[in-house]
Amino acid sequence: MARLLRRPFFWIIAAAILAFALAPHGKDVELREGLLLAAVYIILASNLNIMLGYAGYVNFGSIVFFGLGGYFCIWFMGALHWGLVPAALAGGVAVSVAALFFGLGILRLRGIHFALATIGVNEAVQAFVTNFEPWGGSTGIYLSTELFQPLGGPAQALWTIYYVLVAIMGLSLYLSYFVKNSKFGMGLLAIGQNEDAAAVLGVPAPRYKALAYSASAFLPAIAGGLYFFKGAFIQPADAFDLQLSTEAIVITMLGGSGTIFGPALGAYVYEELRGWLLTSQTFANFQLVVAGVLLLLIVQFAPGGLMGLFYRRLPRLKRILE
Amino acid sequence: MLDGVLVGAVYGLAAMGITLIWGVMDVVNLTHGAMIVAGMFGVFLLVGATGMPAYGALAPVLVAGFFAGIALYWIAIHRMIGQPPLMSLLATFSVNLVLIGLGTAVWGTVLFNVQVSLPGLSLGRYTFPGTHIMAAVLTAVIAGALYLFLYRTRAGKAVRAVAGNREAAELVGIPTTRILALSCGLGVALACVSGALIATLFPFTVLSGDAYQLKSFVVTVLGGMGNPTGALIAGIALGLLEGLATPFMPVSWTLVIEFVLFVVVLIAFPGGLLSVRLRRRAR
Repeated sequence: MARLLRRPFFWIIAAAILAFALAPHGKDVELREGLLLAAVYIILASNLNIMLGYAGYVNFGSIVFFGLGGYFCIWFMGALHWGLVPAALAGGVAVSVAALFFGLGILRLRGIHFALATIGVNEAVQAFVTNFEPWGGSTGIYLSTELFQPLGGPAQALWTIYYVLVAIMGLSLYLSYFVKNSKFGMGLLAIGQNEDAAAVLGVPAPRYKALAYSASAFLPAIAGGLYFFKGAFIQPADAFDLQLSTEAIVITMLGGSGTIFGPALGAYVYEELRGWLLTSQTFANFQLVVAGVLLLLIVQFAPGGLMGLFYRRLPRLKRILE
Repeated sequence: MLDGVLVGAVYGLAAMGITLIWGVMDVVNLTHGAMIVAGMFGVFLLVGATGMPAYGALAPVLVAGFFAGIALYWIAIHRMIGQPPLMSLLATFSVNLVLIGLGTAVWGTVLFNVQVSLPGLSLGRYTFPGTHIMAAVLTAVIAGALYLFLYRTRAGKAVRAVAGNREAAELVGIPTTRILALSCGLGVALACVSGALIATLFPFTVLSGDAYQLKSFVVTVLGGMGNPTGALIAGIALGLLEGLATPFMPVSWTLVIEFVLFVVVLIAFPGGLLSVRLRRRAR
């Protein structure tokens, strides 16, 4: 623990959490909503990064975790009358376990096939939920606003949710760090570089991949639960919005895949860009187009992303931050 | 049920586009769905603007698709050849985003359809819609043309040589880059023309491409990667399956079943179901 406190990353993440928590002063609702979205982006991107950046596996359907987490949480609360905290946690655990079993299955697939399977996961889960009557089918589930009462009424509840989401964002960043600096993370990085060689050297590749898949599901699922509780409503089209999935990929690549702070930096830059695009009349409808062009440029010309560029200029920075 | 065979032939055609690019270039073309939709809208716009019959619009769509494919190769794929699959996936994925983004900005996500009236064909108790028969016939024609091209022309032989071993092909003087661009053009042209045919069968939206792209992947893994004939057979099998399943369950479930099939086949028969048969024969 004492060694941990001497690492710069610890304080940088702590400072980021504090900045997020204190910036709205407990009353600036507009700023809070913007930061909340940024926090969700960071949560999604930095967990995606565990698969995409470390193990080199594209997960086109990472939004499934978020959406399913939301569904579990809302359903636990609405139908079984659980409180928010147990419901969100149980949602996270349920999705994580599902991802683990599922991962053991589909992660036997490698490279391209895995990526294709993840596209299918999103389509199939969405089709399943749309037809699943206990979860409201295509109309979704509404929550009664009375459920906000235990948290001190709707206005206070929204603040609480925001603070919890910021905490989850911090946890995501710490998770990124610990995974990267553990034996497990080393194994993932080795898989990312050459899966055959890694397997020969004794990395249990299928098990590690399934664990990474499962670990990267937990926090987004909890975040999904909180996010949809905030709106007191969930329906398939919102829960499995492919746009959020793709944005998470763009953000991760923009910031620098495989780095710890890349996803956070990418989320910040993307959020700024998006805010600017939404206000400009011409570009409001072309958000996906801009995201696509951005991704194409990164992939073609700067596969390391922003952090990759920084680290190449200042190799010392990498030693300090990672 | 036999109707499923007719529709399935079109799925097979769509999958041929993906399997050709996959087999030759080792790149999975994630713009496939968007290109299918582009074909749909190509027919829709041509019919709307000129009043020409829908089937007359297939030829311009095919040619436009070919050039779109070559453009796609130079814009997104050329720099990704020989890189890890992650990069080419992301590159084609980003082009897909751009196309879908443009499509939704221009047309929104409402339903469109192309009106075609063809007399149906009655066989005993069953009646086959004329559009389905026409689509299957045209599919057979296009598939036949592709077969002739790949097996009877110099350029087609070059394409197969590059698919087999790119470096060896380069050594014997085949201009591999041009062949890669050519096959990308062909693959996208197939996607567009199958989209155009689908547009005469079912209503569609800008976002329909995802479902057909998934079907194409399922067909591709069933038929084996880089195997156009296998793709056609597997496409018909998938259409048959859909035809068999629809009386028993809502249509929206078919996607779930197809996906499960996809994963199971990938795990159990990585070379495609047809490869099992071929291996037996080789023994």
